[in-house]
Amino acid sequence: QLPTGLYKKVLVIMHDCILPYMNEPTLMIDFLTVAYGIGGAISLLALNGLFILIHQHNLEYPDFYKKLYSLLDPSIYHVKYRARFFHLTDLFLSSSHLPAYLVAAFIKRLARLALTAPPEALLMVIPFLCNLFRRHPACRVLVHRPGGPEDMSEDPYIMEEEEPSESRALQSSLWEIQALQNHYHPDVAKAAAVLNQTLSEMEDDISGLLELSGYELFDKEVKKKAADVPLEFEQVRGLFGKKNDIFAEHFTLD
Amino acid sequence: SNPFEVKVNRQKFDILGRKTKNDVGLPGVSRSKAIKKRTQTLLKEYKEREKTNVFKDKRFGEYDTKITPEEKMMRRFTLERQQMYGKKSIYNLNEDEELTHYGQSLAEIEKLNDIVDSDSDTEERGALSAELTAAHFGGGGGLLRKKESSGQQDEEEKPKSRKELIEEMIAKSKQEKQLRQTQRESALELTEKLDKDWKEIQTLIAHKTPKSERKDKEVEKPKPDEYDIIVRELGFEMKAKPSQRMKTEEELAKEEQARLQKLEADRLRRMRGLDQEVTKRKPSHVSADDLADGFILDQDDRRLLSYKDGKLNIENEEKEEEEEEEEEEDGGKEDDENDEESEEESANEDEEDVAADSHSDLESDLESEEEAEGNKEQNKHKTKKNEAQNVEELNPEMEAAKSELPYTFTVPESYETFKSLLAGRTVEQQLIILERIQKCNHPSLAVGNKAKLEKLFGFLLEYVGELAALDVPELRTIDKLVQPLYNLCQMFPEAASASVKFILGDAAHDLQGALEAKGHAAFPGLEMLIYLKIISLLFPTSDFWHPVVTPAFIYMSQLLTKCRITTLQDVVKGLFVCSLFLEYVSLSRRFVPELLNFLLGVLHISLPKKQAQGYTVVHPFTPVGKNLELLLVSDKKDLESWEKPNLPLSIVTGLKETNPTTVNHIRLSCLALCYDLIKKCAALYESLPSFHEIMHPIRILLTQHVPVNEYPEKMQERHHSALKELESKEKHYTPLICEKKKPVPLKQFTPKIVKVLEFGRSQGGSRKEQESKLLIRKHRRELKGAIREIRKDNQFLARLQLSEIMERDNARKRKVKELLGSLATQEGEWKAMKRKKRKN
Repeated sequence: QLPTGLYKKVLVIMHDCILPYMNEPTLMIDFLTVAYGIGGAISLLALNGLFILIHQHNLEYPDFYKKLYSLLDPSIYHVKYRARFFHLTDLFLSSSHLPAYLVAAFIKRLARLALTAPPEALLMVIPFLCNLFRRHPACRVLVHRPGGPEDMSEDPYIMEEEEPSESRALQSSLWEIQALQNHYHPDVAKAAAVLNQTLSEMEDDISGLLELSGYELFDKEVKKKAADVPLEFEQVRGLFGKKNDIFAEHFTLD
Repeated sequence: SNPFEVKVNRQKFDILGRKTKNDVGLPGVSRSKAIKKRTQTLLKEYKEREKTNVFKDKRFGEYDTKITPEEKMMRRFTLERQQMYGKKSIYNLNEDEELTHYGQSLAEIEKLNDIVDSDSDTEERGALSAELTAAHFGGGGGLLRKKESSGQQDEEEKPKSRKELIEEMIAKSKQEKQLRQTQRESALELTEKLDKDWKEIQTLIAHKTPKSERKDKEVEKPKPDEYDIIVRELGFEMKAKPSQRMKTEEELAKEEQARLQKLEADRLRRMRGLDQEVTKRKPSHVSADDLADGFILDQDDRRLLSYKDGKLNIENEEKEEEEEEEEEEDGGKEDDENDEESEEESANEDEEDVAADSHSDLESDLESEEEAEGNKEQNKHKTKKNEAQNVEELNPEMEAAKSELPYTFTVPESYETFKSLLAGRTVEQQLIILERIQKCNHPSLAVGNKAKLEKLFGFLLEYVGELAALDVPELRTIDKLVQPLYNLCQMFPEAASASVKFILGDAAHDLQGALEAKGHAAFPGLEMLIYLKIISLLFPTSDFWHPVVTPAFIYMSQLLTKCRITTLQDVVKGLFVCSLFLEYVSLSRRFVPELLNFLLGVLHISLPKKQAQGYTVVHPFTPVGKNLELLLVSDKKDLESWEKPNLPLSIVTGLKETNPTTVNHIRLSCLALCYDLIKKCAALYESLPSFHEIMHPIRILLTQHVPVNEYPEKMQERHHSALKELESKEKHYTPLICEKKKPVPLKQFTPKIVKVLEFGRSQGGSRKEQESKLLIRKHRRELKGAIREIRKDNQFLARLQLSEIMERDNARKRKVKELLGSLATQEGEWKAMKRKKRKN
């Protein structure tokens, strides 16, 4: 077995430097399957090679979606290979023949994990979810359930469940997106508010959003021109002088 | 008229109710009219085209019919007089200067002399002048002769020496002067008496005296002394009368409340971010007719006088007010020194006072008048009183400081000069300096001041950063400097936001650079944290979008997700940023995932190393790695001796103490802070629909992994209260329902009603379009008309020129014919002569 660093390096270049030049790419099946099974970042990277094998070389991978589903954990929004992973996930979920429960489970899981995501990832994942809703209208119950039970004491969705079909995602609703409508970043809040309305027919293009970085977001905000600058009206009384200042309770100016 | 002159424009279709203007035309009439008009205007111009000299009648009021002839003559006369009076020559610069002697103008003395002299003997005057010349110039030959003769007259008298002569002369002139004075006094007495009498009579005659008489009387009145005038004026001057009645305590409170309510409503609206485009808002506290000149109205409101239990209620807590008073006092003191101070300074000072408030304004006015009088005594008295008034509020330290500081400052041009200005001063002095810079360079005083003061904000911000970046950060100083920062920011929001944004941009750029170069970044220094804190003081953090606050949010999010945690300082910085986040969203209750991630991570590193279960930590924390157990305290003694001290911010720049007990205590303090933050988060986010999902990892950690029993009691308390806050919220889910789409209305056949702007034209388009079309049409029509007129003018001129040429040609032809004719007769005669000769 290879050390982690080398594993990553190999897998990063697998899809465009190794597989196309092999006479029999199917020989890589075992390597990729093992890598896929390791978990974490390596699994994410192995996904790309695996996709090529499935797509071009008729590889039959049992429980592929279940494995993909289990790959989703909070770190996917924070790792470096986020763009690549979501690009592939978008590809895998673009088929309209997928069962609704599966897509709903993916949606629900991605949304749940989005509760810990940074704004740049959120700006990408919310249009991503919108696209999924457009492709799979059966999943729209997640955001629109007119005749549902009035009051529930528990979210029906089971996060810990490994099997997408058992996760009861279709009986749930996307409260996570509703929470994100209160996000501090104005663009995220606006994007999340889109799901309040009926979706438009056209899919959003997320290719430009995949590589979004925090610095780009910052730059965009800084360059915005403001007509006027609202000011604080409360008179200052020193650095920690606000009323109910958290700092005054825990920090001293020494 | 004549039917042959009428041209009828035939209508193709008859339309009922249409009024046509141009169905009948009179081409002949209109043409003759046009020609007539042209001959009156164009022809005149044409004839005078090369004449440049014009006769102008400049006699005053010659063509003014409103003025009667008498009045006209009067005015002319006055004008003439004025011209005589004015400067005779522009080259004679000294003409207006009045030469004085003992404060009296020489010209006047001369006049008086003349008057007196006219009464006295003319010869004597001549003799005096002769003597005078003798004294001054040693006397001429003639004079000497005269003296000889006088000497002959009284021979006992020795010939006087030069000195004696002069003395005698002076005595004489003095005598004369006295005489004059007595005369004047007696005349004065007489007039006064007359006045008295007149007053007595006046009551009898009531006020029916004819005007002319009155005038005469007035002329007779003695011209009052200038000093008297001023004293009287001072007596009658208004004593700082309040323009409105004093407001009661309740009214003040009510007003303040209303103001705050309005501002709060404004803030809420911005927070929801609903109508950003719809309403263009002014900065919330700026009044409608603010000139952006830095006078902040609401501060004025607060300064209204009020009484409490019959005593003047001076709000001493209000720092600002105190400073205001100091400023006033400065004014008083400065006036004292005004004599020595340069002119411009005093001018500055005056204007400053004007800005201060109405009362001091009045005073300064008075003082300036007194100064004009040169009456120093009163002035001193005044300032003394002023000092006595303010002496209670006087801080002796301030006094001492002020005695050293200059009163006016120019705005420093560069950061270096700014720093040198503040270097070596105490905090209070720095504050005063800043205050004075602001006062002396108020934007209403000069044009360039605004830009200068805007720069000052940047300098001050930089200075604050520098203070925070010191090895021993001077946070107390920064604490005080926040006040001037706030004031400047209120004056120049745009410039302030630009400089804050610049600093943020720099910091974010550094962070990004470090990330790209090394793949990881460290937390920035204390100065950035202070800047972020200052942002929360200067700008409203609850806005949906704000030009400064939103970038600050993103920057803080980057700090919490990208910066590595390797030391205890990093943890403290991270927790500081968390507190900032919480403060930023405390009003708007916005959701910050990074904050919760970080708090989870902090809890995680306080646990002993073991496999995390039931929760996952995200970057920058790792389930395995070297920053684990950073906050773990295992020493029992330290655990017991801890009693929640506040974290000093200086540990952020450098943790000097290596004593394990203190380090452990800091760890425990961090942990306590973390618990508090969690509790606050829970309170803040309880309304979010997926509150339990958000808090799930933290709850698991708190319930299953934290070794509560090992902690000191206070920590246990915190733990329990945080956990209680998390679990007390009831679970409540309602399925989501999309907002109903507004149904698109069916197309209907009801007629569309459009307002008709102009008949007979296409009516399509909106009102705006129609109006613009109408304007275009009118313009085109006018253009055509103008072109036609010009063309006709040219034709007219061409005709005129042609006729002129024809006339000239005809004249020439006639002359040529005449000449030829005469020549022919001459020739004929000559030939006839020749023939005769031949015959002969």
